[in-house]
This record gives sequence, C-alpha cells and structure tokens, in this order.
Amino acid sequence: MATALIVNGIERRFDGDAEMPLLWYLRDELGLTGTKFGCGIAQCGTCIVHIDGAPALACQTPVALTVGRRVTTIEGLSPEGNHPVQVAWRELNVAQCGYCQTGQIMQAAALLRDRPDPSDADIDAAMNGNLCRCGTYPRIRAAIRQAAKGGKP
Amino acid sequence: MIPCDDGGLVNVSRRGLVAGLGLGALVLAVGLPSRSGAQQAEAKFGADGMPNGWRDDPKVFVGIAEDGTVTVTCHRQEMGQGVRTSVAMVVADELGADWSRVRVAQADGDEARYGNQDTDGSRSLRHFFLPLRRAGAGGRMMLEQAAAARWGVPLAEVRAGDHAVAHLPSGRSLGYGELARAAADLPAPPREAIRLKDASQFRYIGREGIGLVDNRDITTGRAVYGIDAQVDGMLHAVVARPPVYGGKVASLDESAALKVPGVVRVVRIDPPTLPSEFQPLGGVAVIARNTWAAMRGRDALKIAWEDGPNAVYSSDTYRQGLEAAVRRPAKVVRNEGDVDRAMAGAAKRVAAEYYIPHLAQTPMEPPAALVRIQGGRCEAWACTQAPQVTRTRLAQKLGLPEEAVTVHVTLLGGGFGRKSKPDYVIEAALCSRAMDGAPVKLTWTREDDLSNGYYGTVSVERLEAGLDADGKPVAWLHRSAAPSIGALFVPDPKHELPLELGMGFVNTPFAVPNIRMENPEAVAHVRVGWYRSVSNIPRAFAVQSFVAELAHAAGRDPKDYLLELIGPARLIDPTDLGDAWNHGEDPRRYPIDTGRLRRVIETAAAGIGWGRPMPRGRGLGIAGHYSFVTYVAVAAEVEVGERGAFSVPRVDIAVDCGAVVNPDRVRAQMEGSVVMGHGLATSAEISFKDGRAVQQNFDLYELTRIATAPREIRVHILPGGDHDRPLGGVGEPGLPPVAPAIVNAIFAATGKRIRRLPIRDQINA
Ligand code: FES
Ligand code: FES
Repeated sequence: MATALIVNGIERRFDGDAEMPLLWYLRDELGLTGTKFGCGIAQCGTCIVHIDGAPALACQTPVALTVGRRVTTIEGLSPEGNHPVQVAWRELNVAQCGYCQTGQIMQAAALLRDRPDPSDADIDAAMNGNLCRCGTYPRIRAAIRQAAKGGKP
Repeated sequence: MIPCDDGGLVNVSRRGLVAGLGLGALVLAVGLPSRSGAQQAEAKFGADGMPNGWRDDPKVFVGIAEDGTVTVTCHRQEMGQGVRTSVAMVVADELGADWSRVRVAQADGDEARYGNQDTDGSRSLRHFFLPLRRAGAGGRMMLEQAAAARWGVPLAEVRAGDHAVAHLPSGRSLGYGELARAAADLPAPPREAIRLKDASQFRYIGREGIGLVDNRDITTGRAVYGIDAQVDGMLHAVVARPPVYGGKVASLDESAALKVPGVVRVVRIDPPTLPSEFQPLGGVAVIARNTWAAMRGRDALKIAWEDGPNAVYSSDTYRQGLEAAVRRPAKVVRNEGDVDRAMAGAAKRVAAEYYIPHLAQTPMEPPAALVRIQGGRCEAWACTQAPQVTRTRLAQKLGLPEEAVTVHVTLLGGGFGRKSKPDYVIEAALCSRAMDGAPVKLTWTREDDLSNGYYGTVSVERLEAGLDADGKPVAWLHRSAAPSIGALFVPDPKHELPLELGMGFVNTPFAVPNIRMENPEAVAHVRVGWYRSVSNIPRAFAVQSFVAELAHAAGRDPKDYLLELIGPARLIDPTDLGDAWNHGEDPRRYPIDTGRLRRVIETAAAGIGWGRPMPRGRGLGIAGHYSFVTYVAVAAEVEVGERGAFSVPRVDIAVDCGAVVNPDRVRAQMEGSVVMGHGLATSAEISFKDGRAVQQNFDLYELTRIATAPREIRVHILPGGDHDRPLGGVGEPGLPPVAPAIVNAIFAATGKRIRRLPIRDQINA
C-alpha cells in the first residue's frame, strides 16, 4: 500500500508495512533521528512530533494514519533552530544528556501555541507525559516560562 | 565506576586463568595498584590507580587550525554530566583561548593515547583536572615559543591570552591560528616546566554563564546518540534474550519470523559461561531492514527457554532470606570497642531493618550500537561509558588485534552505570559478523533494558544501637546483606567487595565508642551492576533513617542529633575505619572531613528553614552523606494529604565537592539527583518472580515526572576554596541522601516511619 505524507514540508512516499509506527519510518527510512525511541508504549514522550500542528506520539501512530497529513519533527520545528522554546532551552542550559529534550521541546512548543501564558498546572498537565531520566524538570518549567515571556528571563 | 581494588578477586577469576584471553578478561585487574604477593609496591591512587592512568600531552588534547579554531579532544564520555563542556573549559582556560572559537572533538576508545576513559565513579574532573590544565598550559607555552621565535625576541617578552600572543614591548600580536603550524612543530614542554595559571586568572573555570557545547545540536535534533548512528547499507537488529539470567534456548522455530517482510536473517547468539561479566546473555537475534521489522520478527519467533537455576529467584522470598541473614552474626568487617557489652549495658536499645529493592538505570536512550566489520577491521559507534573496555572485548570476541578495532563514541542518552557494560556492542558485532560484516545497528527495547539489566543491588540493612541515659549512642551495630557486583566476575563471591563496603558502610564517620559492621553472605541471581552511586543508596537510606529514629527515641531534634553523632570537626583517615578503598583516592589527600559533612548539613538545614513551625501534614527531614569524596546533605519538605498522597514542595541540597569547575553543571547534577532520588524513594522498583523481572516498561517501573517532582529545588554549592584543593565527585554523590531526607520528612509530618522503598502507598498502610 502506497501512502504519501508531508514531513517537514517535503512530500514523502511510503510503501512498506502500513502498521509501522511513524517513529521508525522517520528514524530508519528517512534518517530523521531527532525523534527518539524511549519506551514504545506511550509512556515517555521522547517520540513526540506534530501532526497537523498537534502533538502526537510517533511510536503510537501507524504511518498509514498520516496519509495526506503534515508531520513536523524537531528538525522542522524552526528553519534555523531558533523557535523561542529552543532558544530558552539553550539559554537556561536545560539539557543534561539531551535525549528526551527533542520530545520535551516539541511538546512545549505545542503547549505554548495553545496557551501562550501557561500556569504551573497547565505545564504539569501538558508535560507530564514526557519523562526525563536526568531530572531536568525544574529547568524545563523555567524555560517554558521564559519562552512564554518572549524570551525574557 | 569500575570495580577494582581486590587482588584476591583477580587471582580467583576463572576466566583470568584461561590462556589467550590475556589482560582484557581481567577487568578487575587492569591497572590495579599492584599490592599482591612479593611486589608490595606503593599503592596508587586517583588516576594513577586507574587502567592506563592519565595523559597530559597538549598534542593529544589540543588542536589549533589555521583559522584559529581550537579543538579540544574530550576523552571522557558525555552522558548528561556536561563533561564535554567542562573539559573544554579547563583546557581553553589554560590555553588562553577565546571560548567562542573552541570546538570539542570526541575521542575514540584508545587509552594508550588518552589515559583512562571509563566514565564512571564521578571522577572525570577529579582525575583529569590537573592533566588537562597541563595540556592547555603546555599548548599556551608552545604558542608563546612559536611567537618569540617568529619575532626573534626573548620568550620573557611575549604573553599568550585571548587567542593571541602579544609581544609586550612592541605591542605586536599574532593570533593563535597564525602560530598554529609553527607551534605544532615544537616539542611539548616538559612537565616540570609547565606554568599553570593562577586561579585568580581563570576566565572559564569556576565561572557561571557558559552554554553547553552541545546545546544547539541537542535542541535541534541533530545530536547523534548511539541509537541514532547510521551508515549506508545499515541493517537493524533486536535480540530475544533469555528471561532468566543463565537461561538458554531449548528450542527455536524461526520460520514465522523469517516470513515477516523486511526480516533478513535470524541468528543464534551463544549463551555465555557464567558469571557473564560483560558478555551477551545469548538468545536469538533478528536482523531486518528496519527496527520495526526486526521487532515484529522477534515477536514471531517461537522460542522455548530453558531457565536454569536462577528461575528460583523471587523477590519476596529472597528478601526474607536477607532478613534472616541480618538477624544472625556474620562476617565482621569493622570492629571497634565492645559492641555486645555496651549494648547489654545500654539504657535503651533500638533496632530497625530497611529494605531497598533492585533498581534499573533506565537511561532514556536504551543500549544501542552500530558495528561493521570490513577488511579485517571492526568499527563500532556506541553510546558507551567505557570505550576502551568495549574495544578490548570486541577484539577478543572477534579474534582481531586491538589495533583493528575502532570504537567511536556517540553522545549517551544517559548512562548511570548501565552503559559501562558493553554487552550490547558485542551483540551488534556478532550480528554484523553473521551478515559478513555488513553494518548492523542493534537496539534494545525498553522491555529488553528492564528484563536483562545490570540491576542495582537489592539490600536489607539492619541497624541496632544502644543509647545511654541521655539518649546518646554508646553502641552501633550495622549488618548489610546484598548480592555483590563481584558476582559478575567470579562464581560466588559470597561477600561484598571492598568498594561496596566502602560506600557508606564501614566508613560511617560517627563518633560512637563501640561500633561493629558485619556483612552476611548473599547470592546473586541476576546481573548486579553499578547504578549511579551504587551501594551508597541503601546505606545512606538505612543509616540516615536510623539516625532520625534514634533522635526520636531520644526525644531530640534529628538535625542536632545527626550533628552530634558525627561529632566535632576532624579529619579521619578512612583506613582507620577499615575502608581501604576510599573511592580509589589517597586517604591522606582525601581524608573524611567531618567539618565539611557538618557544614553541608547545616547549610541544607538553614536553606529550608529548619525548625520553623510546620502546619499540619507538613514536615521537614534531613540527611547527609559522604560519597565519591564529596559531601552532600539534603533537607526536604513534605506535604501529606488526607489519603496518604504526598508531595515534596521543596528540597534544599548542599554540596561540598571541593573546588568547582563548572558550577552550572554541579547545580544540574544536584537537581537531577534530587529528581532521581525522589523516584527511587517514591515509586521505582524492580522485583523478580520466577527469575523474571516483573516491571518491563515505564508503566510499571515508575519514574518521577514533572508534576510529581519536587517543585522547588535549591542547590547550595559550598565555597570550594582555591583550585589546589582536591576535587570531589559530582555525578553521583547527590543521590544517596535524597530518599532518607524524604522519609524523614514523612515521619515528621505523620509519625509514620517507612523502612521499605519505594514508599508508594505505605503512608496509609
Ligand atoms: S517512545 Fe513513544 S511515548 Fe515513549
Ligand atoms: S536530559 Fe537526559 S533524559 Fe532528559
């Protein structure tokens, strides 16, 4: 079965196993490795991408379901990598190992689009699916606040 | 950390006696201080005591291009501790480089060239701060020499700094790029001639505001971890491993797997001889065109497993065995005074037992590696904490000379000790070999990671104390029963290794006249490995909980009581306590300084406002612990709700790690330790039933999330003094005191004493 989807603005065809999760299609077929594997069972959020602008778990989304839709990965979030969330993440040195951070950034970017000035409870609700084994949560919270305030600390 | 320092173990290593394996099989032996037999040589400490020691050659660590770009080679592995940034700060500072023109290259595994590369034990900067400073300073001096020669002026008239060398009398200056070629042709200055900067001149070392060198790659998804490595023509593999340690394939039907579209081959991996050290566990690999196909192929395998003797392992019964063991006299590992007599004469006796389950490191990036074998050469890309160990094991397994094996190190998506063991890289190599050397990337799923781990040990700690009429302890007895890491290397070590005994057990620095520690036997039924801060976790939990219990029994404030137990500020030689290990450091250079331990406790207490009146349902708890030659105390505030649910609104953590290189990363490690410590305190546990891990993924192995994490974490870094003061570790020592501080706070809030981790819903039980 052939399917076509748009990944970071480029139309892509796929004719393999339609049940393959988008995660592995992105990583193994397209070489877009910024979307990470952490659990495969919707528990960690390292695989978050945007599908038609909404955050989605790539490990839970069969490629077939993305036919005709726009997929944005961390590589496509901002042309220069300067989305306000990315900038805040760098300014506050949020990352430790960094592995979870692409998922965190994609989720945070979606949160801020929906709620430009999120409360603590909004942040908890939106970010609770994103595990960080290194424990960067305090800085994630701070960076979301900073990005929300237009980058001003 | 790498297990070392037990000559006896080396001698009894079965595999060590097998001809042809050479030194590489002796992970315990490599670079050990040679204290055995007739050759009672001087003990080696710090980096000197590590396999292949240290190097400080500027030509190895510093490169300068003609455009002036400085490349610092980082030979330690980045797993979130910030070492690539911190190493570059050290070298760039001494070199006089402009930070914005500094890049970092990651070294391959090659300890003959770089010195020890095992990134564990919280020792990268502790061991390499001075060698790396010398490398940078040596580079600076070579640039000065090149400039003086170019101008034909005395060396004394030139000075390097700010990415250029200036001729002071004339004001002329040459950029580092312009001098690069000439400087590179000069010999490195002899070590005695190296002039290090005075600390007052540091521009980067100890400074705030330095961005991580990998920030841009990480935030844009360009950062490459082991799981991301790719080369043309790469295949993908996953492995079905025996669910029980030591198990084997009894029968295999791969026909359905081979029909899965994309599956290329099914390959048997031989079971290891036990103990398995870092060797793969055996099983069946499925090699496919993509990871998904490999996973589906694996699902389609029909395997009957022969479990072997470890199928008896069930955590509930095992715990009962450990409890029985700590209730009987056992091997004495420290003994001062006469505990039995003092106990008999005590006004009051208190005893308690604590249980700490197995834990899994679960770095967010599971183990993964890419290997290809072409033209008699093996090339690996791996997220490994130990690239030289990996290289040696690959060479042995493939029958290649070590020079024919290259291990490229990617970023690590977390390590925490798991990625010190290269079993997964060896698996990838075996898959590549089965495919005639084609590149194969092998990925562990999270289920693999949790089912076939190198788990943190499980332990029962029993403490007994006799108090005098004033409530002061006059007798202290501690028995610690836990399967040892040594069981990875020798068939049945029975007892813990010196390095395990030296993690907050025998080296407890309390001022009690009669004190005894005992270590009962315990058998390992799984691979026990090191998990961030290792045996310090159960020991700090037990000891720091028990101190609070004694304070309660004595009707005293727990913080004051803890300080009294530590006693006045003094320097203790850890060997006097029976700790010959001292985290591998010279006891003269790194004595236990109870003044520093007292200070972190006082600082954390002051930070959280110890003694302030607490509303109902709220409480404060405190704990302090010495590990990795660093002192850390944690004060936690806990709020307990109606149904026993609790949260941790605030934690103050105080650290004295000596001189600080990168304060932002010290802070980050402490923040991360608080979060990880909160997770193991509240919800994380690996238990076994019939030899199998019960928790297979993050649904049951519950880690702390943003909503449950301590809401406010305040890090207090004690002034480290000048940079001549020995450095302490940072990556691990923050973790041990977190859990006891939290349970002590729960006790303060509710009167409920929790002696078994994780806490889960015990508050209401
Ligand atoms: S990999 Fe998708 S949620 Fe964990
Ligand atoms: S930064 Fe390492 S898992 Fe989040």
